[in-house]
Amino acid sequence: MSELSEATRRAVEAAQGAGAAEAEAYASRESGREVRVHGGEVESLTAATQSGIGVRAWIGNRVGYAYGTDLSEAGVTAIAARAAEMAAIADEDEYAAPPEPAEIEALSGLDDPSVQTWETPRVAELALTVERTALAADERVVAVEQAVYADSSERVAISSSVGLAGEYESSSCYAYLQALAEGDDGRETGLGFGLARGPDGLDPVEIGAEGAARALAMIGASKPESRACPVVLDPTVAASFAGLIGGALGAKAVQRGRSPFAGRIEEELASEAFALHDDGRDPEGPASAPFDGEGVPRRRTALIEQGRLRSYLYDTYTANREGVHSTGSAARAGYRSLPSVSTSNLLVATGGLSEAELLRAAGEGVYVTDVAGLHSGVNPVTGIFSVGASGRTIRGGELAEPIREFTIAGELVAMLGAVQEAGAEARWVPFGGSVKTPPLLIAELAVSGS
Amino acid sequence: MSTAANGNGADLIAPEVAERVLARALANGGRFAEVFAESRQGLTMAIDESRLESVQSAAEEGAGVRVIDGATTYFAHVDGLDPADLERAADEAAAALRGARREPQALGAQFSQPIPIERRPEEVDAATKAVLLRELDERGRGQGEEIAQFTASYAEARRRVAVANSDGLLAADDRTRTRIGAQAVARRGEVVETGAETLGAHRGFELLEDDPGQIAEQAARKALTLLAARPAPSGSMPVVVGGGFGGVLFHEMTGHGLEADHIQKGASVYAGKLGEAVAQPLLNAYDDGRLPGEWGSDGIDDEGAPTNKTLVIEEGRLVSYLYDHVTAERDGHRPTGNGRRESFRHLPIPRMTNTYIAPGEATPEAMIEEVENGFYAVSFGGGQVDPATGDFVFGVSEGYLIENGKVTAPCRGATLVGNCLDALAAIDAVGDDFWMKTGICGKGGQKVPVGTGQGHVRVGRMTVGGTAR
Repeated sequence: MSELSEATRRAVEAAQGAGAAEAEAYASRESGREVRVHGGEVESLTAATQSGIGVRAWIGNRVGYAYGTDLSEAGVTAIAARAAEMAAIADEDEYAAPPEPAEIEALSGLDDPSVQTWETPRVAELALTVERTALAADERVVAVEQAVYADSSERVAISSSVGLAGEYESSSCYAYLQALAEGDDGRETGLGFGLARGPDGLDPVEIGAEGAARALAMIGASKPESRACPVVLDPTVAASFAGLIGGALGAKAVQRGRSPFAGRIEEELASEAFALHDDGRDPEGPASAPFDGEGVPRRRTALIEQGRLRSYLYDTYTANREGVHSTGSAARAGYRSLPSVSTSNLLVATGGLSEAELLRAAGEGVYVTDVAGLHSGVNPVTGIFSVGASGRTIRGGELAEPIREFTIAGELVAMLGAVQEAGAEARWVPFGGSVKTPPLLIAELAVSGS
Repeated sequence: MSTAANGNGADLIAPEVAERVLARALANGGRFAEVFAESRQGLTMAIDESRLESVQSAAEEGAGVRVIDGATTYFAHVDGLDPADLERAADEAAAALRGARREPQALGAQFSQPIPIERRPEEVDAATKAVLLRELDERGRGQGEEIAQFTASYAEARRRVAVANSDGLLAADDRTRTRIGAQAVARRGEVVETGAETLGAHRGFELLEDDPGQIAEQAARKALTLLAARPAPSGSMPVVVGGGFGGVLFHEMTGHGLEADHIQKGASVYAGKLGEAVAQPLLNAYDDGRLPGEWGSDGIDDEGAPTNKTLVIEEGRLVSYLYDHVTAERDGHRPTGNGRRESFRHLPIPRMTNTYIAPGEATPEAMIEEVENGFYAVSFGGGQVDPATGDFVFGVSEGYLIENGKVTAPCRGATLVGNCLDALAAIDAVGDDFWMKTGICGKGGQKVPVGTGQGHVRVGRMTVGGTAR
């Protein structure tokens, strides 16, 4: 048994020794690095190691949580005792109970050795290539605000007093840049990014070129006229919306009446062009793992199919409340957080149209390449949204002048009904959680500009 | 675990250990080295469906060591505060350097000016906090039968920090923040609306002695008011912005653009505008990390510099940017006490503390009366800006129409969009009422507590993006 699993075992015993009837411990050990470059030089180089443990303790139907960074025997014992102390403060909740152990199928390919084998100078060169490519793309690209490469390797262990036990290792990395292009009336920014399990999987030239292209495309942008029109969401924007929808499909929000999807299972609310799955085992998925944040096996769940709402996402608590099974959707932001229902990898189904065909189908409308203010412009309870946007005008079925300083507004569920077409090509996007999506054509949204 | 509490964080790292760590950090050269040690304890709990839940206790400690050489910063962080942990961080930070050893200066006397806390939250028993949340729940739900859901949260955190650097600086701080929040969901038939309110400060439990339950009523009343709301209008019009959290408008559209890292990279619309008029002469604005007890205040910044009151806009002219150590050195400017970091796991960067528009001379009533048709944005859910382009967006959480100089119907789903320089120059009235509110600001993946404030402010013209057809 690894040292990490040993720590979780000790924590479970210590919590029970401190008065908990049942206990669960989740521990992680992570090492990572980050390189930021600017102006052809390394601006900062970070080496990070961190480890910690989070303990859930149950006293009857009361549950408490404590976490900390001290993995020594005394440290773990103290954290476990605090968890039991916290449980005594909480109110009774008849559905609070640790998950029963289930067989966990191993998931290979989560750990890419190139994270270890690429020495720091080599990943710094990768980030410098990202910046160089963007600067070389066009003389109007005057600077790169920053180009960043980061990676991490993590080991996770969990065990509980009801016999649940598991451990896995995974790695991830990303690179991105924010390119600055100079126009006649100010600067424009453009984001380029890539995600992979290791640096072998990143293409710095493609990332740099994307940032430059996005910034250049925005030069000379003006405000569009206010109107209701067809809107094409590029994958980065479609992913943000998919993330909002995935969040509203979490059973906790649904059960507590804080979701526009509450009480609508099997209702035909989306168009046939839109399908959504959550897949915690997708081999490419950044959020993939053999088990979720409370040790329940990850799986694939159909959320919206053939226009119908098929399922919500459940962790053990919300599943107990409805007498159903967990969908393996207990997420954790590391050992610092209690498990709670969340999406893993969201997959938006592809359609049959290339991007050019999608624009032709839109005819006269707006192509949105960036949205801002999602945390304040969307009401997660009602699904009503109005968010800042920028992008391009679509005229005669083709991309025309750049536009900015406008909002797109509507309602999330109604928008799903208005998805007219999905693009044929999907990509992974780190917005809205972890999402793989094609561009989407929405038949009509309200655009507010001048 | 270091649990001794002598009130200033000095016990986190002994001076002789700090000197040894700094010497190791400079073993392969470098112009500057720093060690930042931190110990954090926290407690959070929530009430949802009238049930006390999510009771959580946190205890983390660790350190970050950085070495600056030329234009490059080398940084390493570790969990734990044993001398061996700190030395490991120093070795990792120094590992990529290839120069000759440098000797750090001997450490001077420790500087510390922590904000005094009257009643330590960790000394208040858990039952008292539970009673507080139950009171919030009762008062929120008591506002009307249309309150369908109500949640409230309590959070306390104590961060003790110590900083030592190769220039001989040794400083420490002991920071306690307390915050409660309330969120209500109101339902009338098919119509569902939400309302939220928070109360927070760099203070202890004394913050909660004066009727904290009123935030529950305020959150519930907001949600109930919105039940009668109509969809917000769309178009360009005068906008009167409320005081307090209305200051997030200035925070986003100007504050971020004044952070010196954006300026030095040419990624701010305010670059090269020092001394120029960027607003009408009625506008004065500050960043002040020393406001007593405010949410964004600290005794020192996270690089050991004393926090400071910085005038950033004087009678409409831009007079100062906000600096951390690295950017101040580059500009040959004195530090302004704005080097902040989320934790020992992050590098300090220039950040706002409490940012506000100073009170003006207009009354809110007159400001509204002068508007024929416009929008009254009382409070925001939040906002976002791209400092390089100046484009910003704000979600309005509570807004009303202004018709013929009178505040009329409540509106839902409004968003304000615009460009910083245009909107800042379009501020044509600043109110004589003034108050501060709390916020959590994100930048570069780091979240820090910030204060925002102002009285009522009017922007002559701005784009309102609503859902009305």
